Amino acid sequence: MSSAFVAFEDVSLAYDGSGNAIEHINLSIHEGEFVAFVGPSGCGKSTFMKLCTGLHAPTRGHMQVDGSPVTGPLKISGMAFQNANLLPWRTTLDNVLLPLEIVKPYRHQFRKRRDEFVGWARKLLRTVGLAEHEDKYPWQLSGGMQQRASICRALIHQPRLLMLDEPFGALDAFTREELWCVLRDLWEAQRFTVVLVTHDLREAAFLADTVYVMSRRPGRVIERRAISLARPRPLEMTYEKPFIDLVQSLRAQIGDVRSH
Amino acid sequence: MNPSRKRVERLAPWAAVAVLVAVWEMLVRLFDVPSFIFPSALETAQALLTYSGPIAAHSWQTLWTTLIGFGIGVAVGLVLGFIIGSSRFLYNACYPLLVGFNAIPKVAFVPILVVWFGIGSIPAILTAFLICFFPIVVNVATGLATLEPEMEDVLRVLGARRMDVLLKVGLPRSLPYFFASLKVAITLAFVGTVVSETVASNQGIGYLMMSAGSQMRMGLVFAGLIVISAMAMVMYELFALLEKRMTAWAHRGQPC
Repeated sequence: MSSAFVAFEDVSLAYDGSGNAIEHINLSIHEGEFVAFVGPSGCGKSTFMKLCTGLHAPTRGHMQVDGSPVTGPLKISGMAFQNANLLPWRTTLDNVLLPLEIVKPYRHQFRKRRDEFVGWARKLLRTVGLAEHEDKYPWQLSGGMQQRASICRALIHQPRLLMLDEPFGALDAFTREELWCVLRDLWEAQRFTVVLVTHDLREAAFLADTVYVMSRRPGRVIERRAISLARPRPLEMTYEKPFIDLVQSLRAQIGDVRSH
Repeated sequence: MNPSRKRVERLAPWAAVAVLVAVWEMLVRLFDVPSFIFPSALETAQALLTYSGPIAAHSWQTLWTTLIGFGIGVAVGLVLGFIIGSSRFLYNACYPLLVGFNAIPKVAFVPILVVWFGIGSIPAILTAFLICFFPIVVNVATGLATLEPEMEDVLRVLGARRMDVLLKVGLPRSLPYFFASLKVAITLAFVGTVVSETVASNQGIGYLMMSAGSQMRMGLVFAGLIVISAMAMVMYELFALLEKRMTAWAHRGQPC
């Protein structure tokens, strides 16, 4: 295993006097790894995301990303949330281009290299199956399509760390499974590091290399489980016995956490 | 909706006006109200025709003073709204002050303005400005201040500065609020101008109504009222149209 890309050493964060949101987090994620965080609601999974991306500083402990301590927002990361948050006055294509208008060094090259950037965006949109919807506005797209566009927006500046906060939480079951496969294929092709926060154990088990189970607030990592299912993983696999057993044992663990 | 129903709907506002005028005319005749108290619709129309020259001149005065006051109101409202909306601290600090200022009847400012600037167009312009900038400030500031925190995270992680977020997301997002407030502001600006003209001017529809009223020529007074409301209505529709064109994305799902 290569050395850690994301390393947490005894990290805790308290927003105010009301106690820690998460505490004593120790973990290391290597480059290109797909990790998932599962746990009961309010376990500080989203807090973990804010720490990872440098949007929030820890109150205790040390964190390093890519070999150096985190001191501010990390522009090598891209984010997507449960709510697609696309800007309604921009077309899908322009929404995907938005990060390039902001992140350095692209923001200063945006006018000059616009055609090239548009090419990147179109290619990305094509890989998630939105080729014919580039010029539509977000409100003309279905929820699943909006979420695809949102993931494209998170990936357009070629981040090395993709942070996903329950990105498929608001979708229907079929669309969700479809998007699992979209994400799987994107990751297989580009091998960025992914941190996926989710409530869905099947989702975590299907996509991730490593699943972290978190306790109730204050959130702690109570289990780290490597998922050894062979890749590439077809969706059918999720209906076979080894997968179901795996999900069930994760489920039992979460049940334990909830009852304590 | 079928076309004939659509036509009926389009004609409905005109029908409402016609009914109002008919009821007005009928009531005045029925109760035989003297025209120096409440002129009939017909007498008002006659006054409108007879004095069309002076009415046009005074209307023009009222229109341009209103538009200048409104223009200043838009500029100041935008800038102030942007400043207040871009910081939670300023928003909290200035909002009560603005509400308090807005509660002052603007007619109370007119005597002060007359002392400072004398009688004429300037108090009218300033009253129009004072009365109309508040809704613009509030709407722009609210549009900016209610940014989704997640959207902000997406951009902040990319190293976006506060100004980036405001220009790329905040300002376009507040545009529908801004255009909606223009409709309210333009009608208020007319109120401001006319109020000022009735007290402190020798030109404009407000002055015309005041002097006609003091001579008991109520037909002319009512003609003035109708001209003001017609001007305000036209301007309102103009800004409603502008709003629809500029921010079509905010009116999604409605056939244009």
